[in-house]
Amino acid sequence: MQVTVTINGEERSADVEPRTLLVHFIRDDLDLTGTHWGCDTSNCGACVVLFDGEPLKSCTMLAATAAGHEITTVEGLAAGGELDPVQQGFIECHGQQIGFCTPGMLLTARALLDANPDPSEHEIREAISGQICRCTGYSNIVKAVRWAAENAPATTTTTTTTTGA
Amino acid sequence: MSTVQPSPTVGYGSMRRKEDPRFVRGQGRYIDDLKLPGMLHGAVLRSPLAHARIISIDTAAAAAHPKVKAVITGADLAGLGLAWMPTMSQDTQAVLATDKVRFQGQEVAFVVAEDRYSARDALELIDVEYEELPVVIDARKALDADAPIIRDDKEGQTSNHIFDWEAGDSEETDRVFAAADVVVARDIIYPRCHPAPLETCGAVAQMDPVMGKLTLWTTTQAPHAHRTVYALVAGLPEHKIRIIPGDIGGGFGNKVPVYPGYVCAIVGSILTGKPVKWMEDRSENLLSTGFARDYIMHGEIAATSDGTITGLRVTTTADHGAFNATAQPTKYPAGFFHIFSGSYDLQAAHCKVTGVYTNKAPGGVAYRCSFRVTEAVYLVERMVDALALELKLDPAQLRLKNFIRPEQFPYQCKTGWTYDSGEYERAMRLAMEIAGYDDLRREQAEKRARGELMGIGIAFFTETVGAGPRKDMDILGLAMNDGADLRVHPTGKAVLGISAMSQGQGHETTFAQIVSEELGIPSADIEVVNGDTDRTPYGLGTYGSRSTPVSGAATALVARKVRERARLIAAGMLEASPDDLEWERGRWFVKGDPEQGSTIQEIAMAAHGAGDLPEGVEGMLEDTCVYNPPNLTFPFGAYICVVDIDPGTAKVVVRRFVAVDDCGVRINPMIVEGQIHGGLAEGVGIALMELIAFDEQGNCLGGSFMDYLIPTALEVPEWELGATVTPSPHHPIGAKGVGESPTVGSPPAIVNAIIDALHDSHGVDHIDMPCTPGRVWDAMQGRAEPPQ
Ligand code: FES
Repeated sequence: MQVTVTINGEERSADVEPRTLLVHFIRDDLDLTGTHWGCDTSNCGACVVLFDGEPLKSCTMLAATAAGHEITTVEGLAAGGELDPVQQGFIECHGQQIGFCTPGMLLTARALLDANPDPSEHEIREAISGQICRCTGYSNIVKAVRWAAENAPATTTTTTTTTGA
Repeated sequence: MSTVQPSPTVGYGSMRRKEDPRFVRGQGRYIDDLKLPGMLHGAVLRSPLAHARIISIDTAAAAAHPKVKAVITGADLAGLGLAWMPTMSQDTQAVLATDKVRFQGQEVAFVVAEDRYSARDALELIDVEYEELPVVIDARKALDADAPIIRDDKEGQTSNHIFDWEAGDSEETDRVFAAADVVVARDIIYPRCHPAPLETCGAVAQMDPVMGKLTLWTTTQAPHAHRTVYALVAGLPEHKIRIIPGDIGGGFGNKVPVYPGYVCAIVGSILTGKPVKWMEDRSENLLSTGFARDYIMHGEIAATSDGTITGLRVTTTADHGAFNATAQPTKYPAGFFHIFSGSYDLQAAHCKVTGVYTNKAPGGVAYRCSFRVTEAVYLVERMVDALALELKLDPAQLRLKNFIRPEQFPYQCKTGWTYDSGEYERAMRLAMEIAGYDDLRREQAEKRARGELMGIGIAFFTETVGAGPRKDMDILGLAMNDGADLRVHPTGKAVLGISAMSQGQGHETTFAQIVSEELGIPSADIEVVNGDTDRTPYGLGTYGSRSTPVSGAATALVARKVRERARLIAAGMLEASPDDLEWERGRWFVKGDPEQGSTIQEIAMAAHGAGDLPEGVEGMLEDTCVYNPPNLTFPFGAYICVVDIDPGTAKVVVRRFVAVDDCGVRINPMIVEGQIHGGLAEGVGIALMELIAFDEQGNCLGGSFMDYLIPTALEVPEWELGATVTPSPHHPIGAKGVGESPTVGSPPAIVNAIIDALHDSHGVDHIDMPCTPGRVWDAMQGRAEPPQ
């Protein structure tokens, strides 16, 4: 069947089996491999995308169900090449090691900050508690999200230029 | 602490990682991201039974599936001589079962199809007839006379016994025990757990039939060792094998072994002439790939009545599963377990380990651990606390009283290790200061009076990492040495090839910093290549905290070789004798005339330039080095944990965790701290929730993330870190390695804290991990059972 979604602002379409999971549709058919897959049971959150602005584990939905909806993946975060503050925060605060959970964490963080621009440490922990990071022990992810909260767009333009040391 | 730092441009210090710009954009290059033209997809059929004879396998229906390109069974592999492969422990392991299945989840057949869904569909079409056999699940019963023999494929194997291994002097230890005022004993289990990296294992194999070259993109922590194994197993010429790990989505020891799925993907590509991708799912990862620990220990500690520890002895049954696929140096079937005398100056120590086969998945990988150091540290730190309880002594004071003292280093321990350096009391006192130890004890007393359950747990660990000296250790006959290649380009930019393989440790950053420190070239101008076997020097890979101790040393030494070459060239440029030159970071200059000098960049250009070079000096500015460590390194640390336990639900909350680590010189403190954070979280997982258990039929009860629980952000506290620096005297930059320390040190601190919380009120003097609410509740009711 033909499935069409708006992903990262672009209309994309592919012919898939009706049983295709959204995560596989995004990765294998739309070639957006920044969205990862880490479990069979919707526990890990490596597959989180924004679905009409809300974090969604994309392994829990069929591609067909997503037809006509708006999806943002990690590839869509850096608008116009400029890193989103959450992306910059993860660089500044060492918020990732292997980077496998990072895309899902970034998207959840973005949704959190959109709803609550000044979250407490506990609110951040709560927000990412449906996702597993096996590397960082979470402290630096929490700091990275705080960094993003404290460096909202107006001030981030200057810091993004220092990316990559 | 580990937040934004002013980034140093040259040398050591916290700086942003070079890897991160790609990770935050979703541009990591993981195996499953790879898509090659014409690529096919493989899937493994696995055994539902733990022990059964295979009567027949019917693949006709699967082969007839319109999208299936090949179905491979053990019989097919046997025809190619590939049905069995060697393990890292001198044993064999079935690639696809031919005679029997020996654990639930064992590989039975491999399907290659046009897409991943069809490959899975076709698995359903394979009909395997099994004859069920009795199982051995409890390692304690594996050597019973009536236990079924699991490895009847092995000639002369008449029981489930694998090995007996001892270290230390048993007679001397018995003598010390006989003379002791106090002897305390405990049965201690380090249960089976699993590294469970977020990315599962997988591979894309591409056999080029024209050039005869196999390229294997695969999740491996040890690409060069894997290449050699494939050459030995499949008879492929080693120069025609290229391994490319890409970015690895977490390893923690799980990606050290060669798995049957990799071999099947290779065979699939050879048979179909197309690239074949095999990516296991989460259940397959938990069911079949390298587990960790599974040590059943009986420990005894001897002391004088005033608390001087005199001896330690332990007997251990080690459950190795159905194939002995433990990854460790050949000479040491129990790994480095004989570091179990820990950080204490004892008169005698002895351990005996018996390895057995059971109908469980093979492995025994070092889950964020240097070859059984984790089990060893857990044992000694639990035993010291048991002694403290017996003698009614404060566990911190008991440790302080018995530490090896700084002036005793290098310290020859009673089981054969030579500890390189240590200042244990300094680390311990710093941890107590950060924790506010005395205040915590006061708080605890107040809470106890109110019936609240608060515990304070201490663990002090000494690790032995950085394997290792070639006179002492090898894996599969391969020396555990690492290479480094450094090339400085004409414009002064450099490329470093290393044989270590990052799985998130930030090698691209840290190793550039080592070169930068040695040569004065900015880190940003140094590219680090790791993983790709066609582009990197031979070496045994990244595990056992060996990257910095071994590859890091090779890197520093190759940079120093280049620096010496630069000196000769600079001497020509400055018309001076090399002996008259002095180095300051980034520049050789004439002694006593600092104005007269050449920067490393100027020297690089001259080295490649048209002009003459001094007599006997080769052109270009590059070199290679292989590092053979003279000894292992011995990182240590003091950990203090505070737990609160809900008296009504028995739920344990880790409220605080203080970790003081001494890993010698720190190259990038931000990365070091990140490693510690991550290992502490894994330690919390192991202590409180991670368990691979089995039922009596051998069904795995930890086969998904619904059952195998991993801590989230809500189960771990904000970590409180401290550091002391005691350089390793023999390591070129004084570094010791850190990746595994936190996983080694944290479980005993947490368990000690739980017992500390429950001893006075509930009489609990021991509990085995994982300390789930149910198990803690049972302990509080006086009916604690071992976890398996
Ligand atoms: S892949 Fe694990 S939650 Fe979706």
